[in-house]
Amino acid sequence: MIEVKDLHKYFGALHVLKGIDLTVQKGEVLSVIGASGSGKSTLLYCINALETIEQGEVIVDGVSVHAKSTDINKLRQNLGMVFQQWNSFPHLTATENVALAPKIVSGKSRQEAREIAVKQLEHVGLGDKLDVYPSALSGGQQQRLAIARALAMEPDYMLFDEATSALDPELVGEVLDTMRLLAEEGMTMICVTHEMGFARDVSDRVAYFHQGMMEEIGPPAQIFGEAQSEQTRKFLANVR
Amino acid sequence: MNATTSFFTGFQFSDLGFLAEAAGRTLLISVISVAAGTVMGCIFGWALQAGRWWIEITLGLVLDAFRSVPLIIQLILFFNFFPLVGLPLNPFFSGAIILSFYTSALVANVARGGIEAVGVPMRRAARSLGMTYWQDMRYVVWPIGLRAVFPSWVGVALSVVKDSALVSVLGYVELLRASQILITRTQEPFIILALAGAFYFALSYPLSQYSARLESRWKS
Ligand SMILES: Nc1ncnc2c1ncn2[C@@H]1O[C@H](COP(=O)(O)OP(=O)(O)OP(=O)(O)O)[C@@H](O)[C@H]1O
Ligand SMILES: [Mg+2]
Repeated sequence: MIEVKDLHKYFGALHVLKGIDLTVQKGEVLSVIGASGSGKSTLLYCINALETIEQGEVIVDGVSVHAKSTDINKLRQNLGMVFQQWNSFPHLTATENVALAPKIVSGKSRQEAREIAVKQLEHVGLGDKLDVYPSALSGGQQQRLAIARALAMEPDYMLFDEATSALDPELVGEVLDTMRLLAEEGMTMICVTHEMGFARDVSDRVAYFHQGMMEEIGPPAQIFGEAQSEQTRKFLANVR
Repeated sequence: MNATTSFFTGFQFSDLGFLAEAAGRTLLISVISVAAGTVMGCIFGWALQAGRWWIEITLGLVLDAFRSVPLIIQLILFFNFFPLVGLPLNPFFSGAIILSFYTSALVANVARGGIEAVGVPMRRAARSLGMTYWQDMRYVVWPIGLRAVFPSWVGVALSVVKDSALVSVLGYVELLRASQILITRTQEPFIILALAGAFYFALSYPLSQYSARLESRWKS
């Protein structure tokens, strides 16, 4: 379970997150939507401590993420993250990209790490690209590689930050399909996305962010059908 | 025979050995300076990139001084300075120390560029997998940054081989100094400078060849 309690985040004088309260249960898929600059990415970065926070608390499976005593490197293994830019390691083959962290972070043997990598690459449909360098992969394939790389740490949670926003339109589908597959397998996911179709069909709940606050959260039927908030309705009217 | 011919003797085969030995000294002081300068330069470059603002300002200033003051002035200044602080060093050690710091100032900029070439998003991706700061440095930043700035580093190394000629002002008999000695004796500047040039080329060629091969391997 991920618990976010009264989370505040500033960049200098800029108040980017203004008291977020949010709980994501095991097995749940939460989509986060909202205008550019509303703090969606920052929320994800605060959850796995890639950003510091100024006030409040993030708790993952009972562990306070930002506490000094927390082993953040251990905690992050349990929080896979996929970014807008796929960030493949360009000097490593697909298999090596995925095997690197199991080897150096989890201390798996070369053989074990390779087996994990092959399994996860097949999982995301890249079984035929094992020894290919990222430069020879399309954006969609590199994004699936990034998903496989995160999955190789066997996380209980996956955070997606606009995983399809940087892709050519014809490549969006294959990445969404992979995310959908994970959701069906029961992965707990927080997906920041502009893909309203995905948010509606795959999520258990959808959260709408507006100017650093969580304006509204509820099942897709509520958000897309009968949103309580005027802001939410306005936003959705514009994106559709 | 008059006195002149006995004082000036023509170029002899044994002089080639003298030049080769001097080329060996050029190689020695270059290798030491490039090696030490590269290690220090990587540390300085990292400090410039990752350190606090006052480190960036003070270290940046010192390195800028090493880069911009002509090497020959640095050499003479420090050669005369070491004895004053009770460190009478021979020309070789003085030269190697100054050349190492000079190299480190050049490498620091290259190293900083290499780290910056990797970019924050890539490093966040690495850290999000649970890598520590140093694992990220070792397995992500180093290999990617190295490939990005390796040609610049080779350029620095090659220039240091040539700049090592300036250590001759301290009396260290490296290739240039040896050539000057032979020219004075033989009065045959053309052949001797051509030979010295050939030696410099022979010292640098393996490095540029090796780096070219490495780069083409990284590209594929
Ligand atoms: N490192 C940073 N330094 C300063 N300001 C930042 C930084 N990162 C983000 N911001 C600012 O914080 C605000 C929220 O940014 P954030 O990236 O979380 O928005 P977002 O909802 O993800 O938007 P988008 O849909 O464009 O990705 C923006 O105003 C942004 O300019
Ligand atoms: Mg964002």
